This record gives sequence, structure tokens and C-alpha cells, in this order.
Amino acid sequence: MLGISLCAPGAFRDASKMAGMNRQADAFTFILHAARASGARHPFMSPSAAYSRTAIALHWLAGVAIIATFSFGLYMVDLPFSPARIRQYNWHKWAGIAILALSALRLLWRLRHAPPPLPSAMPAWQRRVSHATHHLMYLLFFAVPLAGWAYSSAAGFPVVWFGVLPLPDWVPRDAGLAELLKPVHRGLAYALGALVVLHVAAALKHQFVDRDGLLSRMLPFLSR
Amino acid sequence: MRRFLIVFACLLPAVAAAQQKLLPAQSEVAFTSRQMGVPVDGRFAKFDAQVAFDPKKPESAKIAFSIDLDSVSVGDAETVREVRKPGWFDTAKFPKASFQSGAVKALGGGRFEIAGTLSIKGVARPVTVPATLVQQGPNTTATGSFTIKRLDFRIGDGDWSDVSLVANDVVVKFRLALAGVPPL
Repeated sequence: MLGISLCAPGAFRDASKMAGMNRQADAFTFILHAARASGARHPFMSPSAAYSRTAIALHWLAGVAIIATFSFGLYMVDLPFSPARIRQYNWHKWAGIAILALSALRLLWRLRHAPPPLPSAMPAWQRRVSHATHHLMYLLFFAVPLAGWAYSSAAGFPVVWFGVLPLPDWVPRDAGLAELLKPVHRGLAYALGALVVLHVAAALKHQFVDRDGLLSRMLPFLSR
Repeated sequence: MRRFLIVFACLLPAVAAAQQKLLPAQSEVAFTSRQMGVPVDGRFAKFDAQVAFDPKKPESAKIAFSIDLDSVSVGDAETVREVRKPGWFDTAKFPKASFQSGAVKALGGGRFEIAGTLSIKGVARPVTVPATLVQQGPNTTATGSFTIKRLDFRIGDGDWSDVSLVANDVVVKFRLALAGVPPL
């Protein structure tokens, strides 16, 4: 699974944008339009084609869910033993399993749909870092919830999704194992958090420093 | 000597009434509570029983059972600390739960129905406990389970009384090994 590139090269240009452009436009306005559309510093730099609607929807859904569930996790662990904490732990677990399911869906979609190309001007080292970051994030989309699920089972609290669907325990109930799994879940979650920060920082750098239109692949309205 | 005999005579019925002996190492008292649908299992390590029971004469049976609530284990260490608190078992004030049998009915096939009174946290309530007896060698094992409502006994009151969080129903399960039970 990790051997498959998440950022395959491919077609560069969405030809329909040019075709739909006002035929009356002179060369100057054409260049301005192109520059505005791509958000590019250089007027002739081509804008990247966008991800599919499904990929975009899944990406933002996962992004919001992961950031919310991570923040919620940080908040709830310091709560004293109370009805509120039990509720929040359960919500966190439900959200985590939902992220696990969503990630399985995303991975299946991703394996069947190549992403749009990276900007041609992007240096090789940045491509490598980008590929590595995406591979690691996908790995953690699975590892973080799975570690949380295992921790919960080991601690003697099997996960019942949304309070109705009992999920199987795939580790034994064992207090010692639970103590081992707790920092694993936390460490993996922090690692994913760090990668998300890097991911967002890189996207913002492409948008506001490089101005290469990379972000419009995931936010198509930026190129309109 | 006469005095001794009188004392002895007074003790006799008590001795005769408690013919059976509980084998704690082979016995278990457990329960399952549900938190937002999640089954949370618990058990008690210390309990005792006085049993006078002849399967052929269930109507004369007398069973007294007590549980040391402080010996509870449930969920994780934090949950154990929590359930000992006043809102739950209040083990400092009410260290023991007890059951005293009333009428015992034979249902056939080694199955019995024991009506009685369950007392927890200063609240006494009637309960009916089904038990299935299996005899193997010199020992008899009685197993069964019944459901109680935790709020009937003020277990988890105040903040914890919301049954959508911690269900009102608690399933109590037992497996009691007894020595000296007459044949079924």
C-alpha cells in the first residue's frame, strides 16, 4: 500500500478553462486572467487541475474530523472522573472509529483515482517530502484509531459504536497491556498532529509564498 | 455439665441448619453494568454464604449470602476507586450487601427459584434468584443470573442517576461451589 505514489505526475492543464474564455479578449487580458486564475506569480505558469469532488469532500471531512477528535482528546484526558468525562470518552471513541472507516474509504478511492499533478516548478526534494508526509499521514489515519481501540479494549471498555454496535476486542483485556497502549495511542496522535501542521504549513506556503496554485487542487474555487 | 449440655442443645439447630459449606476458590460473584451501551464487567473477591439446603426439601431451605463490597473490581483502577465512593456503594458506611432467602421453589431438572430479600446500601428489596444446580463428585455448583435496578438501591445517585449514561439494569451473575449438598 505504501509503495503506491500518492502524487503521481500527469496532465498539466485543464484545457476547458482556456476554451471557455472570452474569444474577444486580447493577449493582455488573457495573461491577466490566466495569472488570476492560477494564482501564479508567473503569468504563464499553468494552474493545477483539481482533485475529484469525492476526494475533496472526503479530504475536508477527514480534516475536520481528525482535528476535532484530536483537540477533544487533548481536552478530555484532564477531566476528573465524572459523567461528562465518560460521555466525552465515548464520543471520542465513536469519532475515532468513524475516522477509521472514513480513512478506509479514502484509501480505496485514492488507490483507484490518481491525484492531480504537483506544480511543475516544485523541486525534487519537496516532492519527496510531500510523498513521505502523505504516506505517513495515511498510515497514521489507521494506526491512531486502531491503537485507541486496542487501548480501550485492553482497559476493559470494549468500544460500542454510537452506543449500539459492539465492536470486537482484538487484544486481550489486560491492565498491563492497556498501560503500554495508552502512550502508543497518544504518541501516534501527536505524530499525526505534527504531520497535519506540516501539511497545512506547506499548503499555505504554496499558496502565499510560491503562489503556484497547488491549493486550488483541493479548493477549486480558488482558481475561479 | 448441665449448663454445657444446654448450650450444646441450643447450638445444635444452628449446626444442623448450616450443613453446606461454600468453596470460595471455586465460586464467583460478578456483575455487568452498561455505560453508553458498553458492557463493564465487575466482580467481588470476598463473599460468604450460610446454606442449609436439601434439594428434596426446598421449602425448608435457608440461604444467607453476604458480599464484601470493598472487594469489588470493575473496569479500571479509577472505576474501582469511584464505585467505593458515597455516590455508589458507599463502602465506608455500608461495607456489606446481603441476601436472605425466603421461599425456595423446585422447578425440576436441578433448577430452583429462590425468593428473598436483597439489601444493599441500607435498602432492602425483594428479588427472585434462579439457580441451576449441577452435582459432580462431592461438590455442587449453583449458577444463575438476575437483574437488579441500581437506582432501587441508590447506587450511582446524584450526578450519576442519568440512566442514558449508566444503565439502570445491572446483571448479577453467580457461580457458587458448595460442599455437602444432599443428592438432587
